[in-house]
Amino acid sequence: MASIELSRIQKRFGTAEVLKDVTLSIADREFVTLVGPSGCGKSTLLRILAGLEAADGGTVQIAGQDMTRVRPAHRNLAMVFQSYALYPHLTIAQNMATPLKLRDLSRWARLPVIGPLSARSAYRAIGEQVRETARTLQIEALLDRKPSQLSGGQRQRAALGRAMVRQPVAFLMDEPLSNLDAALRVHMRAELSELHRRLGATFVYVTHDQAEALTMSDKMAVMMGGRILQFGPPDQVFANPATLDVAEFVGSPKINILPGEVDHDGRVSALGRGIPARLLVDGRLAKVGLRPEQLHLDGGADGWLGRVVHRENLGHDLYFHVALDADDQRLVVRGAQDRNGAESLGDAVRVGFKPDRALFFAPDGTRLHSVVPAKLAESA
Amino acid sequence: MSEAALGASATTRFATREVLKHVVLILGALVVLLPFYVMISYSLKAPAELMQNTGGFFGSQADFLDDRCILLGGTEASCMVNPIAYNYDSAFREAPLFRYLLNGIIVTVSIFVIQVIVALPCAYALAKLKFWGRDAVFGLVLFCLLIPVHAISLPLYVVLAQLGLTNSYAALVIPWTISVFGIFLMRQFFMTVPDDLIDAARMDGMSEYSIVWNVMLPTAIPALMAFAIFSIVAHWNDYFWPRIVITGDRSLFTPPLGLREFRGDADGSNFGPMMASAVVIVTPLIVAFLLMQRRFIEGITLSGMK
Repeated sequence: MASIELSRIQKRFGTAEVLKDVTLSIADREFVTLVGPSGCGKSTLLRILAGLEAADGGTVQIAGQDMTRVRPAHRNLAMVFQSYALYPHLTIAQNMATPLKLRDLSRWARLPVIGPLSARSAYRAIGEQVRETARTLQIEALLDRKPSQLSGGQRQRAALGRAMVRQPVAFLMDEPLSNLDAALRVHMRAELSELHRRLGATFVYVTHDQAEALTMSDKMAVMMGGRILQFGPPDQVFANPATLDVAEFVGSPKINILPGEVDHDGRVSALGRGIPARLLVDGRLAKVGLRPEQLHLDGGADGWLGRVVHRENLGHDLYFHVALDADDQRLVVRGAQDRNGAESLGDAVRVGFKPDRALFFAPDGTRLHSVVPAKLAESA
Repeated sequence: MSEAALGASATTRFATREVLKHVVLILGALVVLLPFYVMISYSLKAPAELMQNTGGFFGSQADFLDDRCILLGGTEASCMVNPIAYNYDSAFREAPLFRYLLNGIIVTVSIFVIQVIVALPCAYALAKLKFWGRDAVFGLVLFCLLIPVHAISLPLYVVLAQLGLTNSYAALVIPWTISVFGIFLMRQFFMTVPDDLIDAARMDGMSEYSIVWNVMLPTAIPALMAFAIFSIVAHWNDYFWPRIVITGDRSLFTPPLGLREFRGDADGSNFGPMMASAVVIVTPLIVAFLLMQRRFIEGITLSGMK
């Protein structure tokens, strides 16, 4: 088990700069998610950490040791791939035994026929470890099958088994759930988190799905354009995003961004409606971010006037897409739980909001913190 | 016209087209099969029947008098032989056909094994490793595919002669050990192997060579089978190159060279035994193809992974 330090990692593919001075420190036993849209450099960062890709600059430290130039196998990390990457010609047991054989057996003992005869006890120990791991993952019954005979979820477990069996210092996972169907994905989210707690190992998990990042990780690093924009616990990233990009990426449905204005006293208004908050910048245009759950459809007389153009029923939640009359602006509003979604398509509604959690951004996307009322705005 | 009549005419037209297709295909098949028909028929018939072109496919299978047996002092009664027995017996007796078959196996198997040892790492590097000049090297591979063997046979012969290697197994094997076709075919197949699989092997601690033999080779079996058929058929049947580098030593003759043994000089060709040895020579290939037919087609369509 080990802490991981990535410092000032740079990577270029040709002229494209994929990673720009990325620094990230992961504590021992932490579950860290690298999340971001595709092409943000998250997979490249993971591959550099694994040693499958060489960085153009920067260092990789694992458990306090410089591993920048060390071969992947000697870093003692295990990786789970999106496609599972099980050896198609070997059974699951052989797949799981492969990393152990390569680590524990001499070249001589790895030979077919002669090897198992000469190093019988070593082979028995490996077989025991494989069965033990299979028992933990409940795939004992599958050990004699080939990967092509397994379902997606079973292959996923087998790949996990191959990673777990050699007790690595950290697990690296590159979108391991993307090839599963939706229900299984949700199930495996919980199972992976549980596994993390049980193994007490460091997990580095790459995904483009912000829901996976929010549900599973101790800390999430939101990456965009080759940089880490924000690194922190999921609830903090969600409630207190550092930039407009982070606010828009995290949370589903997406946060509503309204054009705002700040007068000379620092008072903020959005679409002509005042917001009880005060910013230190004056006279500048700002953007106001309101999450769908902070909006409601009974805004009273001073609510924004609009029409319901789309209803999105998720079962546990009901979202209304409202086109505002005054502006070319659409808002996503979470329907009130108790009203059972009385509004239907085409209905005129007045959208109101709870002002205490509104987020403010400068035109360049940086976060602006309100000073008044400080307590309310910063309560997140 | 009624609808039924319309339907009927459509069916007939459809059927005519099918019939036409099959007629063309059958004619093509006949053209291809005719030499085999002649070969097998000749290997079954007596010399007199061959000369007079009588007896149909099987011949009468009546015993005939073996002239050479008489010359060697046999009695007439002891020299009566069955045509099939005579042809196949002569094939093995007059030329060391087993020796030729063994040579054929030694040469084709060594060529194929060395070709694989060379081609697999090359193909892996060209398909999966990034290095400066990779595309240029692959371009050269494609270019080499275009060079006919006969164009470079003379310089090859000169080099082998200078090294004193003519009339040896080495002369039969060495020029074919690097197969650009093999490199090309395997490279195309390796391109379809997912990168994740190779990365997983690296994480497990395999060296690059170990990846080639333990991961790439097992996944590439269908493509390798296809290549094996190409390689083995080409070198088993090769007459041109052995004819050039094997000049004296008959114990090094490959099966096609062995056929020349029956080319008559003064007393005319002895077709019966000649065709019998031809049958013996082509049989292993046909049997091998029939056994591996499915894998062969799999390999050609390069769909092994899915």
